[in-house]
Amino acid sequence: MARGKLYIVLFTTAVCGVFSVVVSLAAVTLKERQEANRKLDQQRNVLVVADLVDPVTRLTVEMADSLFRENVEAQLVRLETGEVVPDDDPLAYDQQRAKRDPALSRPAPDNRAGIPRLPLKALVYLVKKNDALDAVVLPVEGMGLWGTMYGFLALEDDLNTIRGITFYDHGETPGLGGEIESWRWRDQWEGKRIYDDASEVAFHVRKGRAPPDDPFAVDGLAGATLTANGVTYLIQFWLGEHGFRPYLRNLTSGMEGH
Amino acid sequence: MEHYLSLLFRAIFVENMALAFFLGMCSFLAVSRKVETAIGLGAAVIFVLAVTAPANYLIYTYLLQEGALTWVSPALADVDLSFLSFLAFIGTIAAMVQIVEMIIDKFSPTLYNVLGVFLPLIAVNCAILGGSLFLVERNYTLGESTVFGLGAGIGFALALIALAGIREKMRYSEVPGGLRGLGITFIVTGLMALGFMAFSGIQL
Amino acid sequence: MAAKTRKILLEPIFTNNPISMQVLGICSALAVTTKLETSVVMSMAVISVMSLSNLSVAILRNYIPPNVRIVIQLTIIASLVIITDQVLKAYAYDVSRQLSVFVGLIITNCIVMGRAEAFAMQNRPYPSLVDGFGNGIGYSLILITVGFFRELFGAGTLFDVQVLPLAAEGGWYVPNGLMVLAPAAFFLIGVFIWVHRSLYPDLQEEE
Repeated sequence: MARGKLYIVLFTTAVCGVFSVVVSLAAVTLKERQEANRKLDQQRNVLVVADLVDPVTRLTVEMADSLFRENVEAQLVRLETGEVVPDDDPLAYDQQRAKRDPALSRPAPDNRAGIPRLPLKALVYLVKKNDALDAVVLPVEGMGLWGTMYGFLALEDDLNTIRGITFYDHGETPGLGGEIESWRWRDQWEGKRIYDDASEVAFHVRKGRAPPDDPFAVDGLAGATLTANGVTYLIQFWLGEHGFRPYLRNLTSGMEGH
Repeated sequence: MEHYLSLLFRAIFVENMALAFFLGMCSFLAVSRKVETAIGLGAAVIFVLAVTAPANYLIYTYLLQEGALTWVSPALADVDLSFLSFLAFIGTIAAMVQIVEMIIDKFSPTLYNVLGVFLPLIAVNCAILGGSLFLVERNYTLGESTVFGLGAGIGFALALIALAGIREKMRYSEVPGGLRGLGITFIVTGLMALGFMAFSGIQL
Repeated sequence: MAAKTRKILLEPIFTNNPISMQVLGICSALAVTTKLETSVVMSMAVISVMSLSNLSVAILRNYIPPNVRIVIQLTIIASLVIITDQVLKAYAYDVSRQLSVFVGLIITNCIVMGRAEAFAMQNRPYPSLVDGFGNGIGYSLILITVGFFRELFGAGTLFDVQVLPLAAEGGWYVPNGLMVLAPAAFFLIGVFIWVHRSLYPDLQEEE
């Protein structure tokens, strides 16, 4: 079958056209669902780390939305000063994207957590119970062995005692560093404290077992010392002066003022 | 500078395309019988990865990403074409391979003789597409993408040539019937992967 | 089922298994076999892409100009992979995050291209669909077996449910860390080929 060049061009264009339409259709129709999934996943992380839902519950979009509306107040915080930036829809803020935008971020000061750039603003979540502060959920991130670990840390209303930790995205070796996801390890964080009497960040991940009476240490991860160190550094960074320390101070003085 | 060196080191040794991510296995197994051909394919992969990684970075950042089209017109700020990235990447890779082939053919017939046969093979090598997908996933910048592409290529070539060296020696050993050829190659690759794991955690 | 259809369907699953026989397309799959769940989802993605791409190519086979056929096949496959990826993101968000870039790499999976080129270009749509499905199943068989062993011995779980009680939690099983690392996948595939070729000695290579 001899066919001209025109046929080839037309045929290729037609195939491309048909498939582009199909692909775009799929992308457009599914987009809403994907966005909802992404938002639900983020909300779920916050709710679980703040102990508002059980990790095994199958959370629906409606449940998450209503729990968020009733109990959680999202705030944008200027990291350098710790002041709250008024914003109509803080949940629309994308901290990861801001970090890459030169206008919305700055180079991070020298740190051991391997953080190259800091966003100017961070998105934090205040958990309220009967209008009083119940817990605060802070986003944290830092280098592990293989890549950046992203997580949330929940503090009790004394802004010192840990309520929970979660790492929702990381590339650590499953079974070794990947154990930062396991409940067995995360459960020991509850009740530990961040700051010592001199208000320095004293919390750390031990190498080996932590003494049960040490209020500032949790067990290390067997075979994953570098991941464990990464976790220590990222907690020290984010709760230090370049992280949320100024914000937490403002929050404390705000509460005393009431 | 230090940052780029560290990235290069990681891409070559720690996150080796073939040994840690299983990418490019088809050609990895097929072209590792002789060191000579392995060097040819290795060089071609380095070349193509180092070219396609930054090219695909530019395409993704200035055409596909959400808000990427703002430079055309502010009205397009909400357009998100990132779902087309697979198609765009594979197209770019195929086109790049073709262009590279033509350029080499024109300017360096010797190099063309070495790389020529491998270039078409590379268009459908998952290490190449994988390189482009990883740089989007990890939010690399243009400089980082180039270094990463180069490193990933070198890492792949290194593993390929080393495996070919081992397979050449292995011809003199007595391998059980069922393992002969493909089977033992997999076991050897596994051992090499184990060796490369010793590099993990090293940071420059 | 007609005898011919059965042959097209079953041959790639047992005697002519794609991974062990044709060594095609192992790349995109092995990295996700650390867990059974991701292996199963990946398998389903490969099966659907392969069946549909074979079907589409077979329908168009008489109209595709021979000199641009590779580009056309690639376009069809890439489009199907994008759709699969979008569907996964919408309906299986957690798993799709774990599969990350590896769904996209189905495009360069040599089996998908290989079957489109070798079978679908010469055959009618229905047998092509069956061929794609059969090859997809054969491929999945290996993927899921690897995933099964890696998750069982690496973490003592299957589908995230604890099967072997861990020593750390009062049981007796100490997880084998090697199984979750990359080398284990190579060793397992090597052993599979060994077993497979010992059962079918005709397949053994002379080297």
